[in-house]
Amino acid sequence: MSEDLAILEQNLLSEIQNASDENTLEDIRIRAIGKKGILSEKMKTLGKMTPEERKEMGPILNGLKGRITEALSTRKHILEEEALNVRLLREKVDVTLPPRFDPINEGRIHPVSQVIDEITAIFGDMGFGVADGPDLETDYYNFTALNFPEGHPAREMHDTFFLKEKEDGERLVLRTHTSPVQIRTMEKEEPPIRVIIPGRTYRCDSDQTHTPMFHQVEGLVIGEDIHMGHLKWTLEEFCKAFFEILSVKLRFRPSFFPFTEPSMEVDVGCTFAQGEVKIGEGDDWMEILGSGMVHPNVLKNGGIDPDKYSGFAFGVGIDRLAMLKYGAPDLRAFFDADYRWMKHYGFRPLDIPSMVGGLSS
Amino acid sequence: MKFTVSWLRDYLDFDDTLEALLEKLTLIGLEVEEVENVAEMLAAFKIVEVLSAEQHPDADRLRVLSVNNGGEEPLQVVCGAPNARAGMKGVLGLPGDYVPGLDITLSVGKIRGVESRGMMCSGGELQLLDDGDGILDLPDDAPLGTPYAVYAGLDDPVIEIGVTPNRPDVLSVYGIARDLAASGFGKLKNKPIPPVRGKGTCPVKVDIQEPDLCPAIALRLVKGVKNGPSPDWMQKRLTAIGLRPINTLVDITNYMTFDRGRPLHVFDAAKVSGTLVVRAAKAGEELSALNDKSYTLDETMGVIADEKGVESLAGIMGGAQSGATDETIDVLIESALWDPYQIAQTGRKLGLNSDARYRFERGVDPNFTLSGLDEATHLVMELCGGEPSEVYLAGEIPNVDKIVELPIKEVKRLSGIDIEAREIKAILELLGFWVSGSTSLFKVAIPSYRLDIFGKADLIEEVVRIYGINDLPSTPLPSMTKLGNSKLSLQQMRNRKAKRTLAARGMMEAVTWSFISKQEAILFGGGANELQIANPISSDLSDMRPSLLPGLLKAAQRNADRGFGDTALFEVGQIFENDTPEGQHDCASGIRREMASHHIATRHWANEPQKVTLYDAKEDALSVLASLGVNITNLQIVEGAPDYFHPGRSGTLQQGPKNIIGYFGAFHPRLLKEMDIEGTVVGFELNLAALPMPRKKGTKSKGAMILSGLQPLHRDFAFIVDKNVQAEKILKAAQGVNKNLITDVMLFDIFEGATLGEDKKSLAIDVTLQPNDKTMTDEEIEAVSNKIILAVEKATGGSLRH
Repeated sequence: MSEDLAILEQNLLSEIQNASDENTLEDIRIRAIGKKGILSEKMKTLGKMTPEERKEMGPILNGLKGRITEALSTRKHILEEEALNVRLLREKVDVTLPPRFDPINEGRIHPVSQVIDEITAIFGDMGFGVADGPDLETDYYNFTALNFPEGHPAREMHDTFFLKEKEDGERLVLRTHTSPVQIRTMEKEEPPIRVIIPGRTYRCDSDQTHTPMFHQVEGLVIGEDIHMGHLKWTLEEFCKAFFEILSVKLRFRPSFFPFTEPSMEVDVGCTFAQGEVKIGEGDDWMEILGSGMVHPNVLKNGGIDPDKYSGFAFGVGIDRLAMLKYGAPDLRAFFDADYRWMKHYGFRPLDIPSMVGGLSS
Repeated sequence: MKFTVSWLRDYLDFDDTLEALLEKLTLIGLEVEEVENVAEMLAAFKIVEVLSAEQHPDADRLRVLSVNNGGEEPLQVVCGAPNARAGMKGVLGLPGDYVPGLDITLSVGKIRGVESRGMMCSGGELQLLDDGDGILDLPDDAPLGTPYAVYAGLDDPVIEIGVTPNRPDVLSVYGIARDLAASGFGKLKNKPIPPVRGKGTCPVKVDIQEPDLCPAIALRLVKGVKNGPSPDWMQKRLTAIGLRPINTLVDITNYMTFDRGRPLHVFDAAKVSGTLVVRAAKAGEELSALNDKSYTLDETMGVIADEKGVESLAGIMGGAQSGATDETIDVLIESALWDPYQIAQTGRKLGLNSDARYRFERGVDPNFTLSGLDEATHLVMELCGGEPSEVYLAGEIPNVDKIVELPIKEVKRLSGIDIEAREIKAILELLGFWVSGSTSLFKVAIPSYRLDIFGKADLIEEVVRIYGINDLPSTPLPSMTKLGNSKLSLQQMRNRKAKRTLAARGMMEAVTWSFISKQEAILFGGGANELQIANPISSDLSDMRPSLLPGLLKAAQRNADRGFGDTALFEVGQIFENDTPEGQHDCASGIRREMASHHIATRHWANEPQKVTLYDAKEDALSVLASLGVNITNLQIVEGAPDYFHPGRSGTLQQGPKNIIGYFGAFHPRLLKEMDIEGTVVGFELNLAALPMPRKKGTKSKGAMILSGLQPLHRDFAFIVDKNVQAEKILKAAQGVNKNLITDVMLFDIFEGATLGEDKKSLAIDVTLQPNDKTMTDEEIEAVSNKIILAVEKATGGSLRH
């Protein structure tokens, strides 16, 4: 009997070992340990045995069943692995196929928008709000209130676009600078005032460095005891933050703007090498902005007492800042919407400038 | 304003270098724009001797010269000048030298087969005064090997400074010297002008009929002058600053304009008839001016006229008829004061710029009117001889004396610099101000040439300018940050979000002109008179834009013309409904062309290529609105849009008929044709200013959320409806059956086919049911399904597709 069992075990184990797929293995399992399988039948005979016989045969049969079960399981696992490997091989594809168009990485924010966001982040950190005003301005806000007397040659420094004269003789202008919003802000707000005013401005001029439309940002600070030292600090901080450099050299030159007194143009230290400008180092100077202490007449026109309050204002070309920082040589290209240009000079939508995360990534 | 260094030295003693001078000028607000030194530019051109001049073997007009330039061997140079001859001294350029007058760089060349190793130069070729035919012909004693420019005394840098409109006092070499001296650079040389002792009264009188235009005019006759070319030194200075020498009398007026900032005019007395009258021009009167141009005048312009007619355009330019020529024997010198505003207006109207206008419209020193006339008289007598008359003065020199109070502490309040009262006083006095008063308050008398000084801020500017603003201490602004308060307005935030949403949808942000052509403006509902620019830079940029779409459409076409046809562009910016501040508001608009849909850029292995449809534009619009927090499901979408859109393929987004938020659609084929736009283009425009204000809530809490533990169920339905039934009707009807239970209704299939009938379509929806408290029984699901079917059939007149 035990000899028969030994042969049976050997045959079954060899069949299990040779089973080439899971179906064959299942057949063997049913034949061996299924409800009516050879071993199951043999187990049923235990009931008819004497206690002594049972005591001997029980462990033998159970041991045999256990070994077969385990062999089946082991083999099953191997076959599953093999089948999976075959499947995986079959499922192999070309991973080099290019993915689909990825909108979020294709779209771009225009450098002007990005630079406005950068400037806003910097000044926001210094407590500045953002004010705005209309592009179509009255002569009063664009000139007179800003201390440009009628007929003064200073008006001619601005190549002004005019709208057609209206029936009542009024002639609106396309604002030649963002400064009219200074007056509009003073009219609305009480000091202390601290705003920047980014926006579109217009002059009838067109060449490589001038376009009939461009962008300016104006800064206005009014309070008690605000002086030129504050102006200098503000501009230094701005230049460092904007150009993302640790130190910056500024040079102030006396100049003239009707709405500030004293007026200064500000140069930033730089180097010119191989057609590229590096801001913050070197012995060359580049003019970047105009500034000054708000003229007493302008404060008065804005309803603010010049003997109690003082303030400073500055104005800088946004497009020019973008050109300088990001190395875009031609201003006209800013307004041409050339796809290639926008792809090259534009910014990814999630590159949102902030002071905590850095202006540019 | 141009001047030369040697000219400046007439009035300023200084030992500093040119670099130091330039830096100082810039630092006191006289910004150096250009420095040109002819001697440097011409350093390579040296004096040589021509040893021999032989006829060129193959050219009648050419000669082959042997030139001694001081080197070991003479050089062979081919020359075509008629005056080239053996023994002469001339000026040679060598290979590698740049010849400014010809804009070429020399090289060794062969001219008709004969090698030439340089070029003998003419004055014109060196951009100098041309003194006749041929090459420069120098005296025998000209030193061999010396740079010609040094020999000719041209080593005198020409400096051009930019002068701001408030500083007429530095529109003269003397004024510049005065400003430099005040800043501690050099020492001013004052040259008092002795009064001229005239003989007899001036025979010509002036009648001022326009005292507003001309407060005063002084006239003097100098009899018996001998006019002709002005002396070399004067010609050199005038030429250096870009003026053309005419004759001595005229040159003196030009010289005085730059030397002293005092424009003058000279009349040939023989050509003036009767009394001179300062009057308004008569409409249509003509003047042929000294610049050889003729001007037609009107009654707003001031002139000086005699019995015959207009002789001079007041304060701007003299007339040719009575101008001084070489034949002039008796000359009338005029020194006048003119109203800046009227001079500016007339000059602008006529488009006539002159050095006189430039100064008069900025304001000349009234107190120098007579001294200037005296100085000019001295020059005339010195250079042309003659006998002066007394001065005839019409009108009155206005009194511009002014005292401005300067509280000392104001200097620090505005500048932040501690400057001692002593120093403030010293600076002002060096600038020509008279200072009196205590140590807390100065009374400052303003000199007549500082017409720009009105108040204390002006004086502080002067002090700070000369003191130097670069040493000013940086002072941090007092902290003003209020945490948690947005610095941006709602509109500003909306603009920012809209831009980044659209860029994240794969679109390129364009910034296009605020003005477009009239035709485009009209096509997009604009073109009103009040939004037209009176002086546009071109007819393409003449009207304020009523929409962002025309600019984008043209940009897309430009890109297509360059080979980039699949473009998705957007712009967020202002449009103009009328000319009031409220009529300007911000829009977000975008267009997509050809294959540039959100999902498919172009042909791709994983997608069927498909041209853009209005649904792409709709998706863009809704995406922006959703990112701005607008509840899209409450938005009404109505068929049709303004007529630049395709009438059957466009829609209006609105919150009720009175609050239109925007439009989307395919563009009207007629519009595309009129604008020369090719291809399939769709677009949208949103009026960001029309969006509802967000509801003000007392809390930022989003409220507690209860997550159901029960699984949602899906049921599909297909309905056959008439073709013109809008999908939204089905979706709304289904959703409306039970808003608590039905959380989503999605349209997943549209089918049209002959089997359904010509005018029918089948729409299939997937309804999501989310039970809240218990699992739904089959009966309950059945009941909801029946309600959905009934509701849709009732709303659409269609039927369930079995």
